[in-house]
Amino acid sequence: MDNIVFGQYYPSNSPVHRLDPRVKLLIVLFYIVTVFFVADYAMYGVLFLFIVAVALLSKIPLRVLFRTVRAVVVLVLITSAINLFFTKGEELLFSWKFISIYKEGIERAIKLALRLILLMLFPSLLTLTTTPMELTDAIESLLSPLKVIKVPVHAIALIMSIALRMIPILMEETNKIILAQKARGADFDTGGVLKKAKAMIPVLVPLFVGAFRRADELALAMDARCYSSVAKRTKYKVMKLTVADLVAALFCLSVFALVFLNKYLWHFDEMILSLFR
Amino acid sequence: MSIEVKDVTYTYSPKTPYASTALKGVTLRIEEGEYVGVIGKTGSGKSTFIQHLNALIRLQSGEIKVYDIDLTAKKPDLKRLRGTVGMVMQYPEYQLFDETVEKDVSYGPKNLGLDDREIKERVREAITLVGLDYEDIRDRSPFELSGGQKRRVAIAGVIAMRPKVLVLDEPIAGLDPKGKQEILALVKKLKASFSPTVIVVSHDMDSVAENCDKIALFSDGEIARFASPREIFYDDELLAKTELDCPSVVKVAKELSRLGMSLPSMPVTKAELIAALRERRAHG
Amino acid sequence: MPITFKNVTYEYPTEGDPVPAVRDVSLEIADGSFVCVLGENGSGKSTLAKLMNGLLSPTHGEVLVDGETTNTEEEEALFSIRRKVGMVFQNPDNQMIASIIEDELAFGPENLGVPREEIEERITYALEAVGMTEHRHHTPYKLSGGQKQRIAIASVLAMKPKTLVLDESTAMLDPKGRREVLKVAHELNRQGITVILITHYMEETVSADRVIVMSEGSVVMDGTPAKVFGDRDAVRRYHLELPISDYLAEKLREAGFDLPQKIYDEKSLAEEICRSK
Repeated sequence: MDNIVFGQYYPSNSPVHRLDPRVKLLIVLFYIVTVFFVADYAMYGVLFLFIVAVALLSKIPLRVLFRTVRAVVVLVLITSAINLFFTKGEELLFSWKFISIYKEGIERAIKLALRLILLMLFPSLLTLTTTPMELTDAIESLLSPLKVIKVPVHAIALIMSIALRMIPILMEETNKIILAQKARGADFDTGGVLKKAKAMIPVLVPLFVGAFRRADELALAMDARCYSSVAKRTKYKVMKLTVADLVAALFCLSVFALVFLNKYLWHFDEMILSLFR
Repeated sequence: MSIEVKDVTYTYSPKTPYASTALKGVTLRIEEGEYVGVIGKTGSGKSTFIQHLNALIRLQSGEIKVYDIDLTAKKPDLKRLRGTVGMVMQYPEYQLFDETVEKDVSYGPKNLGLDDREIKERVREAITLVGLDYEDIRDRSPFELSGGQKRRVAIAGVIAMRPKVLVLDEPIAGLDPKGKQEILALVKKLKASFSPTVIVVSHDMDSVAENCDKIALFSDGEIARFASPREIFYDDELLAKTELDCPSVVKVAKELSRLGMSLPSMPVTKAELIAALRERRAHG
Repeated sequence: MPITFKNVTYEYPTEGDPVPAVRDVSLEIADGSFVCVLGENGSGKSTLAKLMNGLLSPTHGEVLVDGETTNTEEEEALFSIRRKVGMVFQNPDNQMIASIIEDELAFGPENLGVPREEIEERITYALEAVGMTEHRHHTPYKLSGGQKQRIAIASVLAMKPKTLVLDESTAMLDPKGRREVLKVAHELNRQGITVILITHYMEETVSADRVIVMSEGSVVMDGTPAKVFGDRDAVRRYHLELPISDYLAEKLREAGFDLPQKIYDEKSLAEEICRSK
């Protein structure tokens, strides 16, 4: 259950944990854009070192960080395989019946795998160092300019926050109902898809009825505590940018800038590689 | 003998950092015809224990036998087990789901694979037994009933499986005094009809003292004592160790003895206390 | 007088003939008193509670909170009433919106537009008042039922109410949780907050200043616990349950023991029995 409340949050009191969640969220957005622009090994290496450096700074054990890649292993393998087998190129390396593998195919497969892994790693650092609650606040704050065009930003944030609060409760309730129906002889495990789906009705109906009952009571409790989406509210938790946030933002952006400039202007990677030739 | 539990230990999320042991070497034997109270603080292992009796939790270590059904077997006969042990969960009214009361109550017997005539017969019997008017209520939606009626329908859903052992998890939680008395009377009635063995999890020491033949007192996942209410509620050391509250009757009796008035017996029910006081007065 | 009912009737909107949930109730709740409301399920207790802070407004008659009527659609007027009359409900899981306790406590004051610094103070005060200070940064999910209800009380206290209405807030708790909540309620009452406790448990009412019994929407008994429980016929008629020691006293009296008519707990009963021999 903790996994749901805190996502994969890894508690620690590191400088990275203490950063403003808005800054962290924006950095991750820039990072994702950056990754899509990289296509050479040296820059993959730069980004990888960057991630390891941030991980060390955030006191997250590397094994915890790398474990998050497991979630995308299957995706990585499938996409790599597709690229491996279906990329046509100049240099044919291997051919057997209808399978033919080209050098370009291998290269694309490797790069894609690396890119996917990089795409998983850094955002994982965000969720490892930031609680879902902080992220909710950050999203609310970042979206707040949209209030001007009448987007109900606060309501959206409140919905996210209530969802975070209710998910573990509903999970527990689902579990209870499943046990109760099992005790009445329900069988959720055998039969075809259709039979299994039908077997879930005695779980889903009470779950929905219960969810509506909870929603009703919650609405009443919010009314009793003077909630109104239109009234002028104050906010207890105000996020403040600190010098550390600016430093972090500058540092990260300069790393990303380096990657971009490398692609379009300088070609550092060739310079570096030439040193080894 | 109806239930035999030997050295059962259970750990949630074993081999992870979240591992927590809920039961430690629980052993007890419940005879047919007993009314057993399962008590202890929240989190002491009561729920984990009763869920084992119906194989809602898979046995990790130890042995459980319910009549002749061996839960240690690789594939225990779950269908027969669930027809033998009826489980009324906490707030059972929140598990109702079908369009009509009749359909909802027949869910259990249907799962047992009975034929339609038998199901109909059992549903009528169960609904009548819980004190509802079968003809009047069978076609109504369970969701439009009052709270007390819903709970009865939910109990009927379990009764319709004609369990020999009836397990109830806090059956009187959240009820008003009248509803409480009605459900307790209903449990007695069911015990007298076809569920000779009753196991009740409860925080209400007064009703436990009043109704149970034996009490399984849980503390930190272990059975601190499995004995009669008298043996448990008059064992001050045990009560202190397990932070257990006494029933009112016992509190009065202990207060009397503190004030120097000795009673001819150790009463745990209201009737026993009154009888003891009368007897004492009659003999000066 | 913080709360006054003047010939209040409330009918839930239904098709067909409306059945009043509360009929012609007139009441005055004295400042600083501890009032218990008893009655069977469906007797109108909860409706009465919801009329006290304008969650429902009377079909006929009027409810006044500090002289302000709840017969209003004005959000500001309703908020002013709800701030004064805080309400805690039955199911602790269905009245919390935040995943961190201090955020939960901030919700009410935020809605009222209380300045940040003051919210901070109020959270500190409210957590202190219910004895949950060390849980400030935790999630409510892991707490016991009694602790959750104490947090719910604290969330209301953060709005600085004059009156606290506990609408069956002890019904779902184990005995330990019930004791915790009652202790907090009595402590707050000592500090001058008016407490209205709606409950099924007769033993919770013994130390109240006043007991109100409802049946079929009407107030049928109203007085000190001794007066209310002293009327045995009425106790039976309204399906109230005497505290066990009180029941024992009655039975012993029937058996010829000479016990004075009063409200007993275990200790006083034992004392009187010793005296009577």
